[in-house]
Amino acid sequence: MADTILVVVEQREGKLNRVSWETLTAGQALAAETGLPLEAAVAGSGVEKLAKEVAGKKVGKVYSIESTGLEPYTPDAFAAGLKQFLESRQPKLVLMPHTYQVRDFVPKLATAMGRTVISDCIGYKKDGEKLLFTRQMFQGKFAADVSFTGDPPWFVTFQNGAFRGDKVEATASAAPVETVNVEIAENTIRNKPHEVFKEAKQAVDLTQAEIIVAVGRGIKEQKNIEIAKQLAEALGGEIAASRPICDSGWLPMDRQIGSSGQTVAPKLYLALGISGAIQHIVGMKGARTIIAVNKDSEAPIFEIADYAIVGNLFEIVPPLIGEVKKAKAGS
Amino acid sequence: MKILVCMKQVPQKDAPLKLNEAGTWIREDVSYEVNEPDAYALEEALRQKEKHSGEVVVISAGPARSQQVLREALAKGADRAIHLEDNAFVGLGAFNTARAFAAAIKDEKFDLIFTGLQSDDYGYAQTGVILAELLGWPHATIIMQIEKGDSGIKVKRELEAGYFQFVDMPLPAVLTIQSGINKLRYATLIGIKQAKNKPLRKVALAEVQSALGGNLQKIERLYVPHKTKNTQFLEGPPAEIAKKLAEKLRNEVRVL
Repeated sequence: MADTILVVVEQREGKLNRVSWETLTAGQALAAETGLPLEAAVAGSGVEKLAKEVAGKKVGKVYSIESTGLEPYTPDAFAAGLKQFLESRQPKLVLMPHTYQVRDFVPKLATAMGRTVISDCIGYKKDGEKLLFTRQMFQGKFAADVSFTGDPPWFVTFQNGAFRGDKVEATASAAPVETVNVEIAENTIRNKPHEVFKEAKQAVDLTQAEIIVAVGRGIKEQKNIEIAKQLAEALGGEIAASRPICDSGWLPMDRQIGSSGQTVAPKLYLALGISGAIQHIVGMKGARTIIAVNKDSEAPIFEIADYAIVGNLFEIVPPLIGEVKKAKAGS
Repeated sequence: MKILVCMKQVPQKDAPLKLNEAGTWIREDVSYEVNEPDAYALEEALRQKEKHSGEVVVISAGPARSQQVLREALAKGADRAIHLEDNAFVGLGAFNTARAFAAAIKDEKFDLIFTGLQSDDYGYAQTGVILAELLGWPHATIIMQIEKGDSGIKVKRELEAGYFQFVDMPLPAVLTIQSGINKLRYATLIGIKQAKNKPLRKVALAEVQSALGGNLQKIERLYVPHKTKNTQFLEGPPAEIAKKLAEKLRNEVRVL
């Protein structure tokens, strides 16, 4: 049993996913806090180059977990390959980003090892000797401090944006890279994935918008979207929405902000009737200023808002459009 | 095709939630509804049955109140229901919930098992994948489309940032379903009437207890999140709020 912290970075088609740096930052912080050595791993086929990229950061060692069976990604191959690796190394903590890919294989991997995953964490705490991982519950209305009660390895996934990827510490002398070949029997892989593709070319690139007016369930009916559009127009911004609005077909899918849509960081994000479920917040919390209008004073969106208005959006938005137009005409 | 849909009852979206005295869970005296992605999972199962015939069975683990979710599913067209009824199921993690489901269906032969991609209460996004591993079945997550082929199925996985991927896979399989995969139907009056006569099998905790282990993780404390921002609340009549806000937009946000 080696008491180490292992960060499994994510690569897709030979490129490191940026969110991997956030997880590595989390790993560095946890290593400093616990005194445990930090190691990292990347799994795939021909990923030694990526392992070397990670080795430039402050980390004790980087493993390149190799098998031709790991490309293209399948949950069967990733669970089998990582299980072999983890059983031979037995780290204490295994950290990964909470991406769609990790969500696809890590519960399977942990279950196959008789272990558990504390998923979608936003931070950690040290309570005496005990490590607690903080995650949001009830759509962000509450936070929970969760501990492991079973044996390590303990699996933790961190939410996109929970740590700063640009704060990852580099090192002058690169860490050693070790290639570990894993065996993945051909009949292990049952899914046959096709090429990854993008649906239609996106009509709007919301990431370039300086001002975004976004609507959520609180808009109630499709026809009410019109007043949000008018506000967006008055402000010279783009209209966007949370997932349920696009699911209902009230706005096209390319207007969706959140984990399954676009991630934006505009100058102003005006959230109308958006409660602030985690999946939405990860897509917009980088906005410089967030204004939220919601009738529920306990809506999680207010946790991250700079300006909060508890009230009926249908009463607030029309006079606001008037004020904005007045201000623009005067300037 | 014989399809099992795992469904969960969760607090209503805009229900005001309060912590219990111990600060470990919410007070249970709130309104509940079906976990939204599970409603889409059920709808997809009903549509697959309409296309390929077969049977749709719904399963839920929770106290007596959660039977409501199963009744609604039966009213929408599910053929029968399995209710693992006990208060203790509320506190089970994803691992044990999946184990309880696996134990409750051990004598059944399903082609497909659907779950919603995650729950609105715990939000673990794990139960479906764990269940697949316990059963030894392949799985795919965050599914937006399902087509039955000659020897298996072809599913459309949603990836991040607008990307998708088709995956061919054999049956039986577990799929976690994304909200928005279809348009939900409403229960009809006839459906509601018929639901009363549809079979609902109750499974007691004791029947699946031997399949469960200790929870491998524990919620030590549940609390209202600490604010990370210094939020200014703007108050007053709407016209006044609009004025204040326009002033902030001009002088502080500087977008006007």
